Parts: sequence; structure tokens; C-alpha cells
Amino acid sequence: MTEINLNRVTKMSVASISVSETPLVLYTLRRADDALILGHRLSEWCGHAPMLEEDMALANMGLDLLGQARELYAYAAKVEGADNDEDTFAYLRDVRQYRNLLLVEQPNGDFARTMVRQFFYATLADLYWRAMMRSTDTTLAAIAAKSEKESAYHVRHSSEWMVRLGDGTEESHRRAQTAIEDLWAYTGEMFEVDVSERSLIERGVAIDPATLHPQWLKTISAVIEEATLVLPNNDWMQQGGRSGRHSEHLGHLLSELQSMQRSFPGATW
Amino acid sequence: MATPNMPLWEVFIRSRNGLAHKHVGSLHATDAPLALQAARDIYTRRGEGLSIWVVPSIAITASDPAEKGMMFEPAESKIYRHPTFYDVPDEVGHM
Repeated sequence: MTEINLNRVTKMSVASISVSETPLVLYTLRRADDALILGHRLSEWCGHAPMLEEDMALANMGLDLLGQARELYAYAAKVEGADNDEDTFAYLRDVRQYRNLLLVEQPNGDFARTMVRQFFYATLADLYWRAMMRSTDTTLAAIAAKSEKESAYHVRHSSEWMVRLGDGTEESHRRAQTAIEDLWAYTGEMFEVDVSERSLIERGVAIDPATLHPQWLKTISAVIEEATLVLPNNDWMQQGGRSGRHSEHLGHLLSELQSMQRSFPGATW
Repeated sequence: MATPNMPLWEVFIRSRNGLAHKHVGSLHATDAPLALQAARDIYTRRGEGLSIWVVPSIAITASDPAEKGMMFEPAESKIYRHPTFYDVPDEVGHM
């Protein structure tokens, strides 16, 4: 009995799953990975936030994102029609198989950095999900309708903090401005479209995020101006997350997120 | 997690079926909009409410517990103020 279990552990602890990334599976995994990784980042604040009230707020947003990730993974599994499920997608894919934006995997840093990251992401996510409610894919449209309400609140919460940090003390202003400059180069990837996704856009399954860029820029600019902060001028943008080329931070995040399932495959409690 | 220099707020929630907002607790926040958001995040996680009020704790004037004899005991001997001594005619039905 023990021997069998050990064999199973040894075999499974090293094996990552393989995924047939048809356009719709890939598309869904990209959005699911965004939500899972950002949700995990927010969960890292649990017990460490600057104040109890914000500890709860960050955990709530993290749980919203985790819920979105689960629905998207479940749908990706259904579309793929193989043996994968939400757990194998989350726990048994290697770093190069993850398809999330580089922005969401960036470390929490200080509270200002976490809020800037959330603000950049949520402002697009809200516009994006609202537009996706008209997707010709009814499952994605339903996920979009639920996610839009959650991201609308994330926009409000992070926007309020942007204003208070930017227009707060000299130190909070400096930290918020530094975070904006450090994270700015990761925002371009949110509007990227590749050949695979283009085919879905043409069929009305997905929407073209580039069409949301003007509104996104307008929304964040208004908040950033009110916050007495400034957007960087540089247009050079990082890319790679969507095709699995990640920053060094994602591997560390996954080693923590996956350690239990990699060490004890199938463990439940 | 200390919260220095941050005002205290009292939170009132009106539940799904409730008619009135009820006091549910308090929290710290820098200002009213963030107090409202914190109230949402702390006190309505399980679908407890459909409306939230936050009030600066400093705005509340409270009775002094030391004065409870003067304040509340005189009412205790006046049971005739309860509407249980009237005969309700049958024609009134359910009241």
C-alpha cells in the first residue's frame, strides 16, 4: 500500500499536464490565469495589511478573483474535453504553461504598489467584462456579467486609494508615483491581440481589448490627475506573459501555490 | 495592526427583510467613503445587507451608564404604559 502511494507521488509530483490550446481554450486560460495569479498575490497580504479593514478588503478582492478563475478554468476544461479540470490547470502546469499578464504576477511590494497594480488591472477588467457580456459565447457572457460587478468594486476601491496615496503625505505620494513608473511598462500587454485571439474576435466570441484602450486611459488619467500623480511618457512595453515568457517572479509564486499538490498529489482535506 | 490617527466609525446595516438600519459594529477609516467601503468589506461578506450607514463615532452622544438609575428606573414601575390593559373588541380582529 505504502509502496503504491509512493510510486504515485513520485510519478505525479514531477509531471505537469499537457493542454491542447485551441483558440478558445487558450483564451479562457489566459483570463483564468490573470484572475488566479492576481488573486493569489492579494491573498499574500492576508494578515499583513497596514490595517485590519484593508486586510479584509484585499482578501475579499482576492476571493472575487479566485471565483472568476475557477469558473474560467472549469469552462476551459469543458471546452478542451480532456482529463483536465480546474485543479490540474492551477496546480499542475509549469510556469511556461501559464498565460497570465506580466502585470498581475509582479510582487506586492508596498501597499501603494499593490494598489497601483490593482488599479491598472481592474480598470481594464471592468471595461473588458462589461463588453464581454455581449459575447456570442453564452458561458463567457455569463461569467462576464458576474465578474463585471466584482471588478467595478475593485475599480472604486483602488481608485479611492490612488487619490488618498497620491494626494496624501509626501511619502505616500512618492511611493504611489514610484509604483506607477515601475508598473507602467506592464500595462501595454493588456491590449495585445495575437492570431489565435483574433479568430475569436472575428467570431464575436471575444472582444478586441485595443478598442477599450482610449476609455481605459481616460479613466485612469482622471484618477491619476485627481491624485496629483503623473503618468510616465515612455511607450516601451514589456510583453511575453500571454505566450508563457514570464518574469522571474511567477516561478516563485507557483512554487508556493503548487507545493501542496506537487508534494501530495490529489490530497484533500 | 495599529491604526493611529484614524477616526472610528459606527456601522449600521439594513438587512434584506429589515425595515430599519441596525448597529452592527465599528471600524477605523480615514474618511467617509473609505469607511463605507470598509463596512461593505467587513460586515456584508455573507449577504447581510442591502443598505449601509456609517456614522463618525464622535457624532454619537451617549447616556452615562452611571446615571442609569435616574434615566431608566422610573419607567420600570409604570407597567400601565404597556398596551396590555385594554380589551380589544372582537370586531377589530387581528391587530
